[in-house]
Order: sequence, then C-alpha cells, then structure tokens
Amino acid sequence: MAQKLIELVRNEFSDSVLDSYSQHGDETVVIEPESWLALGKFLRDDPGCDMALLVDLTAVDYPQKTPRFEVVAHLASLRLGHRLRAKAAVGATDGTGAQIDSWSGLWGSANWAERECFDMFGVDFRGHPDLRRILLYPEFVGHPLRKDYPADRIQPLVAFRDAENIEKLPPFGPSEGMSFGRKTHDQWLTNRDAADDDL
Amino acid sequence: MGQLINPTTTVLDPAETGFFTTRLESILAWAQKYSLFMYPFVTACCGMEFMAVSGPRYDFARFGSEAPRSSPRQSDLLWVVGTISQRQAPILRRIYEQMAEPRWVLAFGTCASSGGFYDNYTTVAGIDKIIPCDVYIPGCPPRPEAVLDGLMLLQDKIQSGDRRPSVVKPRFDPVTDPTLGLVQLRRPSQA
Amino acid sequence: MEAPDIDLDTPSVTLDADPMLLKMGPAHPATHGTVRIIVELSGENIERADVQIGYLHRGFEKMCERGTWSQVFPYVDRCNYVSPLLNNVGYALACEKLLDLQVPLRCQYYRMMLGELARIADHLTCVSAMAMELGAFTPYLWMMKAREMVWDIFEEETGARLTHSFGRIGGMALPPTPGFTEHSQAVVTHVISVIGEAERLLLTNRIFLDRLENVGVMSADDAVSLGWTGPTLRASGIPYDVRKAHPYLRYGDVEFEVPVGVRGDCFDRFVVRLEEMRQSARIIAQCAERMPKDGPVNIDDPRIMLPAKDQVYDTIEGTIQHFKLVMEGIKLPAGEVYGYTEGGNGELGFYLVSDGSGTPHRVRIRPPSFYVTGGLESLITGQMIADVVPCFGSLNMIGGECDH
Repeated sequence: MAQKLIELVRNEFSDSVLDSYSQHGDETVVIEPESWLALGKFLRDDPGCDMALLVDLTAVDYPQKTPRFEVVAHLASLRLGHRLRAKAAVGATDGTGAQIDSWSGLWGSANWAERECFDMFGVDFRGHPDLRRILLYPEFVGHPLRKDYPADRIQPLVAFRDAENIEKLPPFGPSEGMSFGRKTHDQWLTNRDAADDDL
Repeated sequence: MGQLINPTTTVLDPAETGFFTTRLESILAWAQKYSLFMYPFVTACCGMEFMAVSGPRYDFARFGSEAPRSSPRQSDLLWVVGTISQRQAPILRRIYEQMAEPRWVLAFGTCASSGGFYDNYTTVAGIDKIIPCDVYIPGCPPRPEAVLDGLMLLQDKIQSGDRRPSVVKPRFDPVTDPTLGLVQLRRPSQA
Repeated sequence: MEAPDIDLDTPSVTLDADPMLLKMGPAHPATHGTVRIIVELSGENIERADVQIGYLHRGFEKMCERGTWSQVFPYVDRCNYVSPLLNNVGYALACEKLLDLQVPLRCQYYRMMLGELARIADHLTCVSAMAMELGAFTPYLWMMKAREMVWDIFEEETGARLTHSFGRIGGMALPPTPGFTEHSQAVVTHVISVIGEAERLLLTNRIFLDRLENVGVMSADDAVSLGWTGPTLRASGIPYDVRKAHPYLRYGDVEFEVPVGVRGDCFDRFVVRLEEMRQSARIIAQCAERMPKDGPVNIDDPRIMLPAKDQVYDTIEGTIQHFKLVMEGIKLPAGEVYGYTEGGNGELGFYLVSDGSGTPHRVRIRPPSFYVTGGLESLITGQMIADVVPCFGSLNMIGGECDH
C-alpha cells in the first residue's frame, strides 16, 4: 500500500532520493537534506500522500558513518492509511554542521519534536521559531544521546551536600564485572575524564 | 553472616530509649508524630503508589498523616515521591529550605533513596545528596505496606528524637534471624 | 448636588498594564505530573503560555543503549507508569516485528486482556485525578478503590501491582494463573459499576459541567497537526484508534466501538475516557471467552526465549541457551523497525535500530503524551487561569512518558 507512496515520492524527487526500501512492513525513503522541506510540503499537501499526521521526528547517531546523524521522521495518513519513514543524513564526524530545515511550519508536532532532537543530538533546525532545550535545562552542556557523551556524566545544578556516607556506590569496581560478551558503545567515548568517575 | 558490609544508615531498634529529657518534649513529640502535615512532592511512578496509600484500602490517614498541604510553609513532612532529576533538584532544595522546623523528610521509593536504576546524566542519585533525609523506603515502587512501615518508623523516630537517617527494615529480617529458614550455602566457619 | 472636585473622565492614574508572569511550577498540587507552565496573565486571562517539560527526564533512551533488548522492559514500564503493561506489550510487539515472528494465540489474548486492564487502570487514574483537581474528592476515592481491584489482578498475574516488567520478547514471563479469566471478569463488572456511580455523581453536577464544557477546545485539524492521538484526538472528532486502523494481536477479531467526541473540549476528553473503559470491559469479556485454556504462551525458539529452569540444570543445551541469552542478550537482526500500538494516551510507538549485536543501537519511544502536551500552549492561550487545571488534567500527561 505504501509502495505507491514511494513511487510518488521518487517521481517527484527523482534526483534527491538516495534510497528507498521496505523492511519488516515499513517503507522508508532516504533523501538528501537539502530537499527535506520540499519533501515535507509534498507529503503533507499532495492528495496522493495526504500525510496529515507527523507521528515522530527524531535522529539516530551513527558515529562511524559520514554524515553522522540521521534525522528520521515517521508520517502517517489518517485518510489513506499509509505510513512512511523519511530519513536524511546530516552532520560531520565530530558532530558539527548538523543542519536541516525545520518542519515546524508544516506540522505543529514538529515544534517540540525538533526541540527534543536538538536537545539530545545537537541537530540545528533552520527556521524553527524557538529552538531551545526541552528535556534538559539550559545550563546543560553537550548533547547526551550522542554516542560520545558518557551516560553517567552529570552536570548538577545544586551543589551536593557535604555529609557522610552519601556517595553513590557503583555496582562494579573497575576490575569487576563482565569483560566479555556484549558489545557496548564505550568505544566512542573518547572524551571521558576523571570527573566522570566521581559521584 | 548478617552484617552489612558498608553500613551507611542506621537500622533503628524501636526499643531504644529516646533522647528527650523532659516530659513536655515527649508529649510534643507524641502530638507531632500523630499529626504530620505532609507535602507530597510527587514526580513519578511512586506517585501512583502514593495515591494508593492515600486511598481507601491502605489509608495513611489512620496514622494521623491526613492533611496534604501544598505549601511548604504549612507542612512538616516532605514526602519525596519519585525520581528527582538534576533539573528538579533546585526546586526540591528550595521547597525543603522553605519548610519551617521541625521538619522531616521521607524518601519514598528507590529513585528518591538512591537514584534507582537510572544511573545516568540526568538523575540525582538519591535525595540525600541535596537534602538530609530521615527515612528511606526502598521499593520500585514500594508496596503500600512498606510505605506504612516507613511512616511508622518515622513516627518512632519522632517520638524518640532520633535524627539519624534510617532505612525501613523488615519486621522479621531473614538476614539476622537464623530461624526463618534461609538456605545456608556456606558453613559458618567459611563465612 | 455639587459637582465633584476631580474630573472623573480623565484618569490621572494610569494602571500598569503589563502582563503578569506566573509560574505554575513543577511542584504544584493540581498538576499531576511535573511540568512548569509559565503564563502571562492579563487579569485572569492567559495571554501567552510556555509549557516546560523535562522535569522527569530520566534518560530512558540512553539507558536502553547500555543493556540488552530484554533489559529494556523495566525501563519501558516506567514510561507510562499508569498502564505499564501496554508499554510492555507495545515494546515486545516492536521487537517481534523486527524478528518477524508472532506469538501463540493464547499469548495474544493474554496480552490483550492484560493490556485492556491496564488501560482501564490508566483511565481510572486520569478521570479520578481530573475530578479531584476540580474539587470532587469522592469519585477519586471510589476509583482508587476500583483501581486497587485491577491492581489485585496484576499482582496475582505478574507479581507486582505496578511496573510489572512482565512482557518478554516472544511471549510473557509467566502463563496466566488458573483463575485469571474469572477474576478479571468479576473485577471488571465491579469497576463498571463504580464508573456508573461516579458518572451519576459528576455528569449531572452543574458546577462540574460548567468547568469542563467549552473549555480548552481543540479543533480536529489542529489536533492532527499537533500530532495528537488517542482519547484526546478522538474527543476532537477523529475516530483514529490504532486498534481499529492497524489491528494487531487479535483486535481485528473482537467487537468494540471507538467513542468519538463532538466538541473537542475538556468535557469530551473526560467522557471519551469513561466510555473507553466500558469498551475495554467488552474486549476483556470477549477475550476471556476466546482465550485457549491451555497451550504455550511463549514461542519455542531457543535463540529468544529462556528455557525452563529444569532444563537449564539438567541439559547442556538448556545451560548454553540460558547462558547466551543472559550474558549476550537476544540478538535482534540488524535493521530498523517502527512498531506502534494503542497506548493509554494514544499511539505508542517504538523505533528500534539494531546493529545485529545484543545491544540496542537506538531505542526511540514515540510518547503520545509528549505530543499531546505540546498542544497545551495553544489550548490554554485565551482561557482563564482556572481553566488550566481541567485542560491539563484532561490531557493526561504522564511525566515518565512525556519526558522519557
């Protein structure tokens, strides 16, 4: 059912569509970031697409790829019943230069979704009316869902009390725990420092 | 067997005599413990259990903890219910500072006691990093009976005047009581 | 009468007409959920509003990347913590979509029954909290009593009243207990009678109706543009329910209706939830008849399901299977999937990106209440300050899900 949708998109954006595939029942189209806004307008306004509901807009960090971040949008049409995943890749390997057009003029849900994407990944949405952090506080430095942000690096707003016996005991010491088995994402943590191991 | 390796909190024995010296103070403590005005600082899933503990089946109004007051000025027990994020920490600190003495703090749930399993950039690993805490009630979320146990422990502490941070312990502790049928995997000489 | 000395027509005192800034802060008695709503007031009218969420941001997506696929279940429970089984089932279905497998029939009905019970618990909480914030304390206590009975079923089945972590990829943690269908039907009957009592108390009360009717109206087009789904979208007139539009499990086989509102105001959002509870009761009754009395609940795949404990201790295959699944985790194939179900607040989706190892590369939750709360600004702008309470209550913002 969404195959027709992919053909429509491919016909309209024949030179910007990089890839399109169907996997586990989901149809995906990968497009160049310069055509992102035009794609959004087309998907919303074209009667064959009629994707009135922007279900979700987020990003995924692939540190080993260039461009590094993949902005992923899920759209659905309530009238026609089909769904689509649209992707565009932005950003250099060190995380700078991740810019893409904002869809907040097309769908109201894009406003907060893009703010969250900016908050977590640092993707800049051009044309967003109010691009500030939404889930974290303004004093926070960094973008936590990037793979090179250590998960336990805290940036407290309130100085911790100077009392006894309130340290956080880690579950494992440095020489304990499982050294084999699962792959973790620690290989991307290049900027871990001593402060990350306190508290 | 039965010793905590790194005891960070005191497990209170209800049989301890109090620190109060005058009869007036102990009468005041009796009045305080049975008329706690609570400030429910509810953030997360433990709030659902808080609603259940306040509900008809497990009713903490029976313990005198009847009146929720939405102003820290009017309350003397701060229930910290749920995860405290770094963003929420200044607000919690300010609410605690606005409360007038005597005031007590109850950490409801594992996230408030120790951060829970949210060992990450955004969670405060226990409210005792920010404000002093009197009773910790572990559980994710704790059963209402555990909450009532913690409330009764707090009432015992108020009566005895003890301000050491304490943990709810089971009334019959299998760790310290060898008659509760715990399987011994090691002989005592090897422990 | 002599003329007054002062000229009343030309004012000599100009009043300060700047709007007043009020922060309905994260610690507020009538917002069940931590959210800060900064409003600019002109008298009682709200000129502008800024809704700030994130006070319960717990790093769900970052934590998922540090474990295995099945270690996500406890985190997912705590997202929408009033209906945790809907989250469990939704996430399990998303993983099973990536694996292209279907659970046995008995498990499908079991998941449906537990999910609809969780939905009843969710709506009971929302409706009763909304009533309480408007001053009606009695229905809150009645519905807490009803919710306790639903939680009794959960405790019997899963072992926990809340945050069960009962879902597994490929099935559920345990099969249904022998008295499950009778217990759930008895409880649901009683819950429906409690809802009827609360309705009789509330829906004819002039004050209650005045506070909810025509307050916080959201048109259908605006609601769709804002990404609203679930009871709030249906209250605005759009009959979109994932269970009907894209049926999953056995929702295509059972009969139920989707209540749709007319005006899109707080009253419609309130009544839609009451009606949905009745429809959930119908689904539970039908599932109770159709669920097979015996048969496997989990799929029989050694790469996904933990073996029975006696096999772990007695056979080498069981030991190895247990070891690999616990140490390395279930290895979902590389790829990505977006699996969506009808959560308590709307379309709950999980976008999973897998790289073929046992560690998730990305787990994105599409939280329905995030998008619903995004519409709060436009909902309360132009309303009075006292209308913020029913508007916010009718949206059912669950902090764990909204801030994930």
